Amino acid sequence: MTSSPTLETRSFSVNGRAVTVHVPEDTTLLSALRHDLDLKGTRVGCTEGYCGACTVLVDGRPVQSCNTPLWSVDGKTITTVEGLARGDVLGPVQEAFLLEQAAQCGYCTNGIIMTVTGLLSQNPPATKHEIVEVLDERHICRCGAQTRILKAIDRAIATIGGAAR
Amino acid sequence: MTDLPSNLKANALLSRWVSVAADDTLVIRSGKVELGQGIATAMAAIAAAELAVPFEKIRVENTETQVAPEEGWTAGSFSVEHGGSAMRWACAMVRELFTAAAAEALGTTPDDIVVTDGVFRRKGANEGLAYHQLRERVDLEVEATDRPAPRLIGGSADRPDLHRIDLRAKFSGPGFIQDMALPGMAYGRILRPAHPKDRLVSIDRAAVEARPGVVAVVIDGGFCGIVAERDDLAVKAVEFARKSARWERTAELPPMGEANAWMDAYEAKSATFIADEGEAAPAAFSHAARYSRPYIAHASVGPSCGVAEFDGTKMRVWSHSQGIYPLRRQIARVVGLPMEDVTVTHAHGSGCYGHNAADDVALDAALLAKALGRPVMVQWTRADELSWSPFGSPGRAAVSASVGADGMITEWTYDVWSPPHLARPGFGDGINLLAAWHLAEPHAPSPPNDAPRPQGGGDRNSVPLYKVGKRTMTHHVLPERPLHTSAMRALGAHCNVFAIESFLDELAAQAGIDPVEFRIRHLDDPRAIGVIRAAAEAAGWDPADAGGEGIGRGIGFARYKNSGAYYACVATVEVAETVRVTSVVGAVDAGFVVHRDGLLNQIEGGVIQAASWTLKEQVRWNEDGFAVRSWADYPLLTFSEMPEIRTVVVEDPSAPSLGSGECAAGPVAAAIGNAVAHALGVRVRDMPLTPERITAAINAA
Ligand code: FES
Ligand code: FES
Repeated sequence: MTSSPTLETRSFSVNGRAVTVHVPEDTTLLSALRHDLDLKGTRVGCTEGYCGACTVLVDGRPVQSCNTPLWSVDGKTITTVEGLARGDVLGPVQEAFLLEQAAQCGYCTNGIIMTVTGLLSQNPPATKHEIVEVLDERHICRCGAQTRILKAIDRAIATIGGAAR
Repeated sequence: MTDLPSNLKANALLSRWVSVAADDTLVIRSGKVELGQGIATAMAAIAAAELAVPFEKIRVENTETQVAPEEGWTAGSFSVEHGGSAMRWACAMVRELFTAAAAEALGTTPDDIVVTDGVFRRKGANEGLAYHQLRERVDLEVEATDRPAPRLIGGSADRPDLHRIDLRAKFSGPGFIQDMALPGMAYGRILRPAHPKDRLVSIDRAAVEARPGVVAVVIDGGFCGIVAERDDLAVKAVEFARKSARWERTAELPPMGEANAWMDAYEAKSATFIADEGEAAPAAFSHAARYSRPYIAHASVGPSCGVAEFDGTKMRVWSHSQGIYPLRRQIARVVGLPMEDVTVTHAHGSGCYGHNAADDVALDAALLAKALGRPVMVQWTRADELSWSPFGSPGRAAVSASVGADGMITEWTYDVWSPPHLARPGFGDGINLLAAWHLAEPHAPSPPNDAPRPQGGGDRNSVPLYKVGKRTMTHHVLPERPLHTSAMRALGAHCNVFAIESFLDELAAQAGIDPVEFRIRHLDDPRAIGVIRAAAEAAGWDPADAGGEGIGRGIGFARYKNSGAYYACVATVEVAETVRVTSVVGAVDAGFVVHRDGLLNQIEGGVIQAASWTLKEQVRWNEDGFAVRSWADYPLLTFSEMPEIRTVVVEDPSAPSLGSGECAAGPVAAAIGNAVAHALGVRVRDMPLTPERITAAINAA
């Protein structure tokens, strides 16, 4: 017989909507987003904190959701890639990635879009150099889309008006 | 008259390729699947051009075994060459049938009909009939014939702005197989050993079954799948099961040693496949050297994933496999169903660079779905990806040659050692799916093999395109090998082109001839000479540049498989302890270009991946088994290490389209190796070109 896991209740905000979920203990933010909230634009990658495919914004800061326990975001504000567009208009970083066709398979992309979105909306916005340092540390692309991703970042910086360098 | 493309002959019914929807979209189906390489977009571009409809009106359906044309594997850079030309011919004929129908409807003859933007009009008329308005009049359940010939329009010149059709959705939400959810779906994970020769003996099954959320534990011989209501609980249950698992070691592995020294522990099957007759011309000097490349991992960012459901009679499987047709046959055999009762549908996965674990995980899912009678998704862990997925096969090459007083090569002896590169499901009679080997009643794999030349496996691109005088060439296949191997991007071409092109530079240096000039003197093929010149010119190649002081440049060239795209490039490097590739400037001739941006994107991806393989990547093992278990053990080229990449397209619109996905691997590796030698004055002949090897080479000089 299946033994049901003990559930705990967590409440937070996702893409401007207040949500409450009942999840097994030690559930990660990634699992809650994908499994309980059906927000699958956040990708599942290594689930070990290396590849960054799972990156979302927590209170505006880019965070790897696979190693973020859900209890730690209780009451906080989460933004996922589904929350970047306004109606049909993509967020500026998404749009920049689309215009530069900055992907091969596109599996790594959404995590990178979230990191870049977070770093460019902090005050003052991160520089290109700072963004690349974060990508080196926390994101992996296997397909070799990096040069296009870097061009998309230049474009995003130009549109958002961050410091380009 | 041109022959009908073979893929169309084999799938002659036009309705398999194209149908017209009521909303005026044209639905196309290709047996060539989207692997992250943009093939769906290239197919849509081809169809739009031949059908004369706006690109936006084409909808590319996911490939499904019972519906779409059967086109074998999506591999070997053949998709545009074979699948694309079949699509082109099929669409040309569909357009012709609709033209005839429009003529009839408009009370005129077909030569009075013009079609633009998907509307058929009488010449000079404003009004006309669209595809969907004519669809009742046209029967697509007819076989393709060899006319009309395609128009061959709508190439890169028409649509430089063409965007990938799948990216917008992927950048905003779900889009991959991992994002699927079937009603009632459970989540399975597989308990796999940490040593390639271990087999599961037992686990504390009752304890695992009692773990939270666990639905079932499926044990069949050494195969153990654990299914839970949530994926995260399945992962935890597997970790728990591992604690009580007992394993049996069936064999030990030889120590790795340096530069594939382990190969000496295995018996090779050797075949000399070229032995030119006659005497070699007199030599001024001779030279010999050895090169190697290690096992390489696919290491896609997303986990391998399979979904299956079984209703008691029929099974459906979703997979990111490169070959859903062969996979269907293999799964049917393992789960014991008639093939007609198994359907496999392709779903997009994370980037695919060859025969990775997509097929294996599809069988994992099928076994669990059959055992449970409910839909199951299975994903692999990162550790399993980096250990149980088939690897790109390693290679070792020994070259010796003599050069005459005129600077021309007179004699060439080449030996290459490599485990087989092809173990795809569907090759041979056996079952090439991991779980099938571990069942209580196991299925044997096919003996691993290499494709015959000229495609080849370990010997792919081993025959130089250059005139090298009297040749003796031997391929040594190692059927037994420590880790499982199968097809990965470029197969043996990465090792062989690295060896040949490095060695050419060594000969050129001894002969005192500029490496670009040395190559051109040894070539007859004008397209080969064309890309070498174009790359050298674009890179500002200066024969007088003596290199040294840690700064260097080098060239590499190959025609992929000696029959595909031509690619040459010049790499520049800065070497301190580590090698930094600062630029890769290349030229490609891929014949007629269907989707220019797609071509450039493929080359760029190939350049970056090849640089990463060449500088950093190496799968390892030790006495405990797999030694690469996480990304920390297998670093890739990072964002700040990206070279500047420029590619000149030398287009010959009259030549057939040639696949380009794999053409960069060998030349990039060679160009980097040559640039490092130019920068340091010493050469590293074993990949990856790690700081340890660079330091050792400098110290040995
Ligand atoms: S999935 Fe979170 S870092 Fe890889
Ligand atoms: S585009 Fe495939 S991993 Fe980055």
